[in-house]
Amino acid sequence: MPPFLYLFLGALAIVSALGVVVQRNPIHCLLSLISTLMVIAILFIGEDAVVVGFLQIIVYAGAIMVLFLFVIWLLNLQTESGPTGHIVLKTLGSLAAAALAAELSLFLAAPHLQVKMIQEPAGYGSLESLAGKLFTDYLVAFEVTSVLLLAAVVGAVALARRMPNAAGEGASDPRAAGAIRAAQASSRVQG
Amino acid sequence: MTAELISGAIMAILMVLIGLNLSLFLLYFERKGSALIQDRIGSNRASITGFGKRFGMPNLGIINTVIADPVKLFTKEDFVPDGADKFLHTLAPFIALFPVMITFVIIPFGDTISIGGHKIDLTATNLNAGALYLLATLGLGVYGVALAGWASNNRWALLGGIRATAQMISYELAMGLAIVSVIMTFGTLNLQEIVRGQGGVWFGFLPRWGIFTQPLAFVIFLVAGVAESKRVPFDLPESESELILGYFTEYSGGKQVVFMLTDLAEQALIAMLLTTFFLGGWQIPWLMHDGFHLPGGAILAVPALAVSILGVIAFLVKAVAVCVFLGMVRWTLPRFRYDQLMRLGWKGLVPLGLFNVLVTAFVIVATGKVQ
Repeated sequence: MPPFLYLFLGALAIVSALGVVVQRNPIHCLLSLISTLMVIAILFIGEDAVVVGFLQIIVYAGAIMVLFLFVIWLLNLQTESGPTGHIVLKTLGSLAAAALAAELSLFLAAPHLQVKMIQEPAGYGSLESLAGKLFTDYLVAFEVTSVLLLAAVVGAVALARRMPNAAGEGASDPRAAGAIRAAQASSRVQG
Repeated sequence: MTAELISGAIMAILMVLIGLNLSLFLLYFERKGSALIQDRIGSNRASITGFGKRFGMPNLGIINTVIADPVKLFTKEDFVPDGADKFLHTLAPFIALFPVMITFVIIPFGDTISIGGHKIDLTATNLNAGALYLLATLGLGVYGVALAGWASNNRWALLGGIRATAQMISYELAMGLAIVSVIMTFGTLNLQEIVRGQGGVWFGFLPRWGIFTQPLAFVIFLVAGVAESKRVPFDLPESESELILGYFTEYSGGKQVVFMLTDLAEQALIAMLLTTFFLGGWQIPWLMHDGFHLPGGAILAVPALAVSILGVIAFLVKAVAVCVFLGMVRWTLPRFRYDQLMRLGWKGLVPLGLFNVLVTAFVIVATGKVQ
C-alpha cells in the first residue's frame, strides 16, 4: 500500500471515529462507526491481511452494526439537544482525555521508539495460511471456542423462551396461544 | 503488473455494464414478460413516430420500458418530505446501490483467453477469498433500505425498512450456508476455481455442475436469493397493499429510479451467482479445451479462441435464462405472510442448510477427498 493511500485512509478513519463521538444523532453516529470499521477493513486488506479485513466487514459492519441499528430503533433514541451531565463528570472526563493525549504524545516522542520494518513471509495473512494455522496449531482452541459459542446460543434461547403457562400471552404464535387458552378453559371446566 | 491492472479495470467496468444491461432486460421483462404471462398486451403506447408500424412490426414496448419510463421518472420532482433527515434521505439510495455494483466484479465470465500472446483470465478480480468478499458486500446491502426507511420520517417507510432489514439478515444466513457447502465441495473460495471445478462429466454424460453436486444447496440459494433481492413472493418490505411502497414510499424522481435499479440489479446479481455456483458459470457441457467430447466418444475439435468466446456467450445465456426464470417466479407466486416468511427462513432453510453442510462433510470424509 503506497504511503499516501495509507495516510489518507488513516485520516479518514480518524475523522469518522471523531464523528461517532461528536455527532448528536445516534443514527449518524452509527453510520460514522460503520465507515470507521470499513476504512480499517480496507487498511487491513491493503496490508495483506485480506481475511481479517473481509471478516471485519462481514462480522462488524455487516452484522453487529445492524444489531446496533435495531437497538437504536427499539430504544427510540432521539437526537440529543444540548450538553448534559454533571459538572463534576465533565471536569473528570476532560481531565482523563487530557491525560490520555499527554500520555500518547509522550509515548510517540520517546527516543526509544524505533520503527522497524519486518519483511512478512510469503502468503502471510492469506486465507490459506490463516486456515492452516487455525486447523493445525490451534485446532483445540478453535473447537472449544465454537462449543462456548454454542453454549451461549443455547443460553440465549433458553432465556428468551417464554413459558407457555403465562395466560397465553407469552406465545407469539396465535394458534399456539389459542391452543393454550383452550387447554386452560378445558382444565377450568374439569377443575 | 500495470497491464494486469488495466485489464482488470476494463473487465470490472465490463462486468458492471453487463449487470446494468441485465437489469434493463429485467425491467423490460417485468413489463412485457408479465403481460405475456398474464395474457395482457402490456405497454405498447410509446413509439418513435410510428417507426415500427410503418414496417408492419408490432410494438414490443421497448421504447416504453427502456427509454420512456426511466426518462419520465428522472424528470419528475425530487421531493424530500418535511421532517426527513435530508442528508440520509439523499444518501440512502446510493448506499443501497453501491454494494450490489461492487459485487459484480468478482463474478468470472469466462475461461482464460489468449490475445496476442497474453493469457488473460476472464474475471475482473481473481480473489482467493472471493466468497468472503461476496458475503461481505451482500451483508452491506441492508443499510441502504434500513436508512431509507428511517430517514423518510414516515411510518410505512420505517416499517418497510425494518421488514427489509429483518428479512435480509435472516436469509443471508441460509444463503451463507448454501455457499459454505459449495465451498466445501470444490475446496476453494475462489469463484473462478469453483467454476473450473464444475468442468468435466460424470458417467460419461452428466456435467459436473453445482446443481447436480449440491441440489439442496441450489434450492436454498435460489429461495434465499429471491428473498435477498426482495422480490415476489418475498416482497414484504415493499408490499403495495400494506405499506404503499415500503421503504421507498417517500422517494421520487432519480432517487426512486436508483432504488428500482438496485432491486433489478440485485436480481441480476442473484442470477449471475446462481449461474456461477450451480450452473457451471462459463462451462458448456462436454466442451473441453480442445473441443466437444460428446457422450458417444466422438470429438468435435474447436479452436481455443472459439472455446473462450463460447464460454463467455454461455455465461451470458445462462444468466439471462435464470433472469427469465426469476421473472416468471415473480409473476406466478403470491406473497408470503410475514410469519410464514420468518418460519421458512429460520425453521426451514437454516436447518436444511446446516444439514446439507453436515452431509457434505460426511461425503467428503467418506470419499477421502481431504487434503
